[in-house]
Amino acid sequence: MSLINHLARLEATASGRARPVATVRHRHLSQRPLVLVPLTTAGEAGAPLGALVGTERTAPRLLVVEQPRDRDLRFGFLTRLAESVLPYVDGYAADVEAAERAETDPETGKRVKVEVELCADAPQIIVPSRAGIEFVRLLGRSMRFRRTAEQDPEAPHPAPPHVPLLGRWLTHFGERARVPGSSLLLAMTDLLTRHWATGQSTLEDQHLGALLAWIEAPEGTSGAAAALRAESARDAAGQLLCPPAGPATDPAFDNRLLAPAIERYDRARKRLAAAEDPVEADGRLAELTAAEREIHALVESRTRPTWDAVWRGLDALCTLPEGAHVADRWTRDRWSFTAHRDRVAAGEPPQPRRDDAVTAANKLATREREQARLDAQEALDDPLVMAGRRLAGEAFEGEVTEVVMAYNDKKRPRPLVTVRTDDVPRLAERAKVYRSLDGKPQTAEFVAYEDDGGSAVVLRVLDKMGRGKEPDEGSVPRKGDRVCWTTFEHEQRGGPKLPEPEETPWTHGGPPATGAEAPDALTTEDLL
Amino acid sequence: MTVRTTSPAGAPAGPGDPALDPDDPAFDPGAAAAAATDAILRDTLHGDARGVVVDSPPGAGKSTLVVRAALELAAAGRPLMVVAQTNAQVDDLVVRLNEKNPELPVGRLHSSDPDAYDKALDDLANVRTSTKAGDLAPLPVVISTAAKWAHVKADDVGGPWRHAIVDEAYQMRSDALLAVAGLFERALFVGDPGQLDPFAIVGSEQWAGLSYDPSASAVATLLAHNPRLPQHRLPVSWRLPASAAPLVSDAFYPYTRFRSGTGEGDRSLEFRVASDGGGVDRVVDEAAVSGWGLLELPAAHTPRTDPEAVRAVAQVVRRLLDREGVTRSERGAVDGSPLTADRICVGTAHRDQAAAVRAALTGLEVTGVTVDTANRLQGREFDVTVVLHPLSGRPDATAFHLETGRLCVLTSRHRHACVVVCRAGVTELLDEHPSADPVQLGVTVKFPDGWEANHSVLERLGRHRVPWTP
Repeated sequence: MSLINHLARLEATASGRARPVATVRHRHLSQRPLVLVPLTTAGEAGAPLGALVGTERTAPRLLVVEQPRDRDLRFGFLTRLAESVLPYVDGYAADVEAAERAETDPETGKRVKVEVELCADAPQIIVPSRAGIEFVRLLGRSMRFRRTAEQDPEAPHPAPPHVPLLGRWLTHFGERARVPGSSLLLAMTDLLTRHWATGQSTLEDQHLGALLAWIEAPEGTSGAAAALRAESARDAAGQLLCPPAGPATDPAFDNRLLAPAIERYDRARKRLAAAEDPVEADGRLAELTAAEREIHALVESRTRPTWDAVWRGLDALCTLPEGAHVADRWTRDRWSFTAHRDRVAAGEPPQPRRDDAVTAANKLATREREQARLDAQEALDDPLVMAGRRLAGEAFEGEVTEVVMAYNDKKRPRPLVTVRTDDVPRLAERAKVYRSLDGKPQTAEFVAYEDDGGSAVVLRVLDKMGRGKEPDEGSVPRKGDRVCWTTFEHEQRGGPKLPEPEETPWTHGGPPATGAEAPDALTTEDLL
Repeated sequence: MTVRTTSPAGAPAGPGDPALDPDDPAFDPGAAAAAATDAILRDTLHGDARGVVVDSPPGAGKSTLVVRAALELAAAGRPLMVVAQTNAQVDDLVVRLNEKNPELPVGRLHSSDPDAYDKALDDLANVRTSTKAGDLAPLPVVISTAAKWAHVKADDVGGPWRHAIVDEAYQMRSDALLAVAGLFERALFVGDPGQLDPFAIVGSEQWAGLSYDPSASAVATLLAHNPRLPQHRLPVSWRLPASAAPLVSDAFYPYTRFRSGTGEGDRSLEFRVASDGGGVDRVVDEAAVSGWGLLELPAAHTPRTDPEAVRAVAQVVRRLLDREGVTRSERGAVDGSPLTADRICVGTAHRDQAAAVRAALTGLEVTGVTVDTANRLQGREFDVTVVLHPLSGRPDATAFHLETGRLCVLTSRHRHACVVVCRAGVTELLDEHPSADPVQLGVTVKFPDGWEANHSVLERLGRHRVPWTP
């Protein structure tokens, strides 16, 4: 964590209210995000208990699994989840614009531009916390290798239609969420902690209720006290006043409210199944319905506060103007969405269980590049972030005190610029530094430090001065200009091209097995 | 780990020979090192395995081995590519090859950046430099960085090389090896398993446990897929003095022990100027006599750039110079060489600490002393090192600060003595922070872990402690 974030945390601790650590919004927010608040059942990984899902703040759809261990009910839940998510995702698939992409021509082997479709916008899913992202991934993994009756008529327990497809999409969202700066799937706690610092630990910041309490505290009140209340205050019956954002639920809720309700539901189901005549069955059906409603009410009571909190978080984020480079990164998300849309449409098999060596290396390289890009763009977009980099010696801002024209051996202009700065940049001999000139990076090299009371840095400007003997108008800083130079590059170079997976070398185990993966084998746990 | 100990034909030493056993009093460093080198070269030149792996402890003559293997392959008429990790390492190898055999044509492949290679290479008659691998491919030896090799296609250089040498292979990431492995048919992998592991700037837990985890080291992936490759190790450190080898070997290489090439009394460090009796001078004297010194400051939780500790480090350096040290060793002048600034280095964990130490040294008018982080000191050698302990003044012990390789690099750069500056209370800090990283299935557990190694080092350093309140 940077020094400036430490300072913001200390200030938040002292004042009891969250401190901003950004002056602009660094993530894209959709006009119409899909909010998903899932709950899971204790004791079984990936057993959904219920969810609130939807794009309308006032009208979420409640999905509940009354008996989380019942596989048929779980499939019912997943079907309804697919009914909510897939039409939302598909809604972005049709609206496309023309774009160009460089591809290798299979005949000549040369890089050529081809015209392709790019979706004009992309879906965005927002979950309350990082654990929610993990849960989306888990759901994706549990569904994408299922077979429907149509795909495999022999399957003893076919998945309902659309469930494997939902699995593939959730897997894609979950995988994309690992790319730094991406916005297809976001956790509200991550969004808020990127923009505000609180006086609590980063672990406590994972509690959405407590985090919002710090951020929303009105002036003169203590966010710290409100956060403590959100975290731990309980009612007379021993239930948390502010339920955790999930997907895990509070054990007190599980033990005292949920378990007895599920037991009543199980009993009612058994009694209905044992009913001997229609009149008796009618009465028992009413009992079952009542038991169902009770569980629905319980699940809603634990998801609705989180649902509202996510939307309040969106309100807070919308008070910040969007950063200049956010649209650029969102375009990458749109490419990612379009590419997966095409893979699904082309009938490609689901994402493999494990990446092969080449795919893993490519993903790691992409993510490292995106991390560096994100770090640079956030600093360029936001003076408060740049201040952190300046404090770390990775950038410096100051006034130009002198410009001396100079030329290299080939008579090209290489002006010497002296910048007075109060920052303490760490510059090695002939280190490259960069500044943004009309959105494009201009390079200079460090020449010397010059002491004249304050500290001054002499730089030699190297490029972006046009083709003439004299630099283009405005391409060299003038005396009195305020400039900000960074030691980190503003744009990222692409890495080397790795071999194709079928050419994986002997050091990495040779080419991977080909062909689509088999569906998950059925285990006894699938049929409780 | 399986260590193949094939006996060289006709050589006096074989497996079980006490002269080759680092734990045996009859250990003969010269014979053991020669036997190991012979076995490595035999497997490289005449073996049928696609790869040969060599583990080398600090200062065991890794570069010498690489140069010798390259020369022998070239002499046998086998074209060779050499992969190193940094431009400085590549330039160094080119210069060493040229020193050993000025007639041998060597290609230095470099990037198109200005200052891509050391301009001193331009003066060497048989060294050719180029940005295009195709221009250099006909030469017997072509050397470049892994990053530059990754952009070369085998088709552009007339097919893959028959041989490659991969230097610092434990610091190379698996994905970097993936990018270059198509360029050679077989390779000699040389490196130090005890130094810092390669790292990724983003999370890579998703691939943990996969045999080809792209963030793991190249050797880990290579051996996971080719477990039967011959593995050797160099048994003798020529750099570390007799006082340092046991500590470093015990703490960082407990199952692959090594010995120092020199014995007790072969090296000495003395000062012409007498001690002033202060804490700094006492720790300097302790280090001169025993090879180790621990300057212990009072316990405190401090920022990373702990001003008192930084000042203490700078003062130790200042006194080392002021007291006119004289070093004597097996390879120097009989009446000793002066301990000059360029023979001293300061090692830290973080770059801002290094910057703070540099500023403090400037304040004391000390110039010419190398100050850098563990990452950048890998592979370097000095007479005396001054180390700011990675855990000094910290309230917590993170995986970064506990990393075995970091402490190993910092405590194994010296030929004579090492002074560690540290706040008291690190032992307690370690006890409060047992390793709690999640266990990943399929990941080979590295021994020793940082926690164990840190305890071991501190325990030994404790015998050379000088408490001091600035």
